[in-house]
Amino acid sequence: MSRTAAPRALTLRGYAISLWGVVWREGLRFVHQRGRFLSALVRPLVWLFIFAAGFRATLGVSIIPPYETYVLYEVYIAPGLIAMIQLFNGLQSSLSMVYDREVGAMRILLVSPYPRWHLLVAKLLAGVAVSLLQVYAFLLVAWFWEVRPDSSWGYLTVLPALVLSGLMLGAMGLAMSSLFKQLENFASVMNFVIFPMFFASSALYPLWRVQQSSVLLYDICRFNPFTHAVELIRFALYGQVEWTSLAVVAGFAAASLIAAVIAYDPSAGLTARRGGPGGAR
Amino acid sequence: MTSAPALEVERVSHAFGARKALDDVSLVAPSGAFTALLGQNGAGKTTLFSLVTRLYQNASGAIRVEGFDVRRTPSQALARLGVVFQARTLDLELTVMQNLQYHAALHGIGGREARGRARALLERFGLADRAGERVRSLSGGQMRRVEIARALLHGPSLLLLDEPTVGLDIGSRRALLAETRRLIAEDGVGVLWATHLVDEIEAADGVVALHQGRVAFSGDVAGLKAQGGADDVGAAFLALVEPGASRGHAA
Repeated sequence: MSRTAAPRALTLRGYAISLWGVVWREGLRFVHQRGRFLSALVRPLVWLFIFAAGFRATLGVSIIPPYETYVLYEVYIAPGLIAMIQLFNGLQSSLSMVYDREVGAMRILLVSPYPRWHLLVAKLLAGVAVSLLQVYAFLLVAWFWEVRPDSSWGYLTVLPALVLSGLMLGAMGLAMSSLFKQLENFASVMNFVIFPMFFASSALYPLWRVQQSSVLLYDICRFNPFTHAVELIRFALYGQVEWTSLAVVAGFAAASLIAAVIAYDPSAGLTARRGGPGGAR
Repeated sequence: MTSAPALEVERVSHAFGARKALDDVSLVAPSGAFTALLGQNGAGKTTLFSLVTRLYQNASGAIRVEGFDVRRTPSQALARLGVVFQARTLDLELTVMQNLQYHAALHGIGGREARGRARALLERFGLADRAGERVRSLSGGQMRRVEIARALLHGPSLLLLDEPTVGLDIGSRRALLAETRRLIAEDGVGVLWATHLVDEIEAADGVVALHQGRVAFSGDVAGLKAQGGADDVGAAFLALVEPGASRGHAA
């Protein structure tokens, strides 16, 4: 028997196959990690069932767009919890990149003849696909809890917003993953990134309330890209577009992706400096 | 068949900060031949592999796979390259077939063709009946064979193996070597086999000895013995890299 070479030219079909392959593998891994799915689902539900119920009485939310009537606090924080699912997922898939790189699976990905940017985008889309599964599972449970958008169309109109915010949070994690070599480092970074981003945003309280107590915090929240991911999702659930948030999320996603591609580029990148045995320098 | 060698490394140097990992390294791994890359731990073997696989770029010099420069034409070079890394890189939770299909997809091979190629290779490596099993259930030797099958899926002309026998028992080691040599004979691939175990080298193999980032010897086994002034490969290698060391000890 003699070997048959693969098609040597990179065809459009080949791009599609390799993209699908990466998404498919991520999906398979996700299915095998039931614990990951469960914790991804339980985390926001704890917030929804316990935190929101407890604070319902304390935190009154006045009528602010996109809401046209008074809404329950649970309804208000649902978009923030959705974004939190994606934030965790984005950082978790980057965590798997760091882990992958250690066990070498990342190297298998990177010896593909397809360009690095394509492989990283594929990896990113795979993470987004997994986050969508988690988000819709959450929305389903929330529906039974009577936390629903005003129209069922909201479940559809939120989809593009979820893809974009998933891309942004994933790209952010990807860019960060190139900076960290060890899991321990990354774990602490998750604490330093996830909590500040989540709490200094409009996820748990409307920004006008923040402004009343601290103008500085208000400004931080306004410049936090996570706030814009939350608002983009919030408006999309009600079939509306928050244009400022759309621009910020798209812009930040693009910037993070470019940073990640540069970081993983073999010549300009950080792997060249950090890849040495013993992590020289 | 092209006339370019499977792998050509020309005057490659690479440094991590101030430490030079590779210093002016040149070597050739011809097509259809077994070339052993011999070196002790830290000699620079893994760094060289990282450069060939484009994990990072060679700072100076050139690396060509079947004539294609890794830096200027990375896609063509990588499409002709199969690699088995030192660390295991299979997804343990996925089945053997799923692992192979994933790799095929990364090379733009999908669907029925990917499954066909994977089945043919598994057949060849005596793993046809394990295709549907999770990798976790395989033995170390079987995992290595799956990794070699995976590296061959896209029909590369160069096969790189970074200390593939580490952690295997003697029987699995022998089998793996025999299978690799059979590949060379049947398919004409060029093999670069990094090792620190001299008993894996046969009389007809090419040998490149790496020591502290430099090529200490490059040639055939007879030449190595002559230059080291010893009858066996291990002693000759030690004599070359550690001139003061006692002779007669295998590396």
